[in-house]
Amino acid sequence: MDIITLFFIFTLAGFLGFELIARVPSQLHTPLMSGSNAISGITIVGAIIAAGADDGSWITTVLGTAAVTLAMINVIGGYFVTDRMLSMFKKKDPASAAKKGGASS
Amino acid sequence: MNAATSAILINSAYIVASILFILGLKMLGRQASARRGNLISGVAMLIAIVATLLDHHVIDFRWIIVGLVAGTVIGLACAYWVKMTSMPEMVALLNGFGGLASLIVGAAEFFRIRGGTVLPERPIFTSATIYLTILIGGITFTGSVYAFCKLAEWLSGRPILFRGQHIVNSLLLLATVLAGVVYVISGDPQILLVTFGAFTLLSLVLGWTLVMPIGGGDMPVIISMLNSLSGLAACAAGFVINNNVLVVAGCLVGTSGVILTAIMCKAMNRSLTNVLFSGFGAAPAKSAGGEGEHA
Repeated sequence: MDIITLFFIFTLAGFLGFELIARVPSQLHTPLMSGSNAISGITIVGAIIAAGADDGSWITTVLGTAAVTLAMINVIGGYFVTDRMLSMFKKKDPASAAKKGGASS
Repeated sequence: MNAATSAILINSAYIVASILFILGLKMLGRQASARRGNLISGVAMLIAIVATLLDHHVIDFRWIIVGLVAGTVIGLACAYWVKMTSMPEMVALLNGFGGLASLIVGAAEFFRIRGGTVLPERPIFTSATIYLTILIGGITFTGSVYAFCKLAEWLSGRPILFRGQHIVNSLLLLATVLAGVVYVISGDPQILLVTFGAFTLLSLVLGWTLVMPIGGGDMPVIISMLNSLSGLAACAAGFVINNNVLVVAGCLVGTSGVILTAIMCKAMNRSLTNVLFSGFGAAPAKSAGGEGEHA
């Protein structure tokens, strides 16, 4: 892909990131941090390409496999930790829990 | 399926994944939709992973499967065995793993180029982005691990200060930048390897020394900042391997992390420079620096 295109995407995504997070209630700070931490595990895409590339070199395969493992821990751990945090959060807040329960039943 | 069709298919999947990441992040910021937002961003990740497996560069699946399975098992164990009260340090540790993964992706690309299996179109640009990936990834990794150790009380939560700390840190930073510049402009394979090793090591040391003078109470802000950095590391890795979904998702995490860090600082009535550097200097600030004198 053209580098200018990548920089273009980079700039727009950067501004979007700035705009997305505004007026977040303080109790959501930690879950939001954890949730975006899970997204940073997207580096797994690069890790998969490094591990799966057929370049006949054991060193990139070893490095790639290590990177896939680490990134996958980040992804899986990140999403499940966030979900656990948010589920606890609902129980603590009876009004919102009741509303949710009512809506789903 | 030929390479061109599969490239269109993969990029379409990446667009869908990017949209879902954006929606998920947006929903995570509101109480009523936070849990669904997390799920949506998880679906986006799944789409991105599956699409990448279809990439024509990916030929050998054995080791990918080993890595995916091992990572899933360890990740699930981390998420379910951790106590509710230990969540912040678990986030720090997971974030550290993400940073290390980015570093390794950069290193793998370095060795591929060195081995002559890929020839970069723009060698200087590729070298510069590999340098950035390793630098940011390294700082994220050791910084996060140190933050984890402080919060888990494996290490003292007090800020650690010593005489001339800011001089040592500045020199370390200078050496890292120098090694990077030599690495990017030098064409000699021997010098490349030496400088590559040097800045990899230095970036790991830098992450440690950066978090050292910061007290345990400020760790949430630091974890948020390191989280932002791990996004930027993924973004830099995206530039190395020319991958748009890495750039989009990494950049989203990077900049939203900056905003979140700023919001968290504001909630504590402090500035980020105060959090980062209050341990420094002869006249410590009241809050964190005061504790530092005992260290």
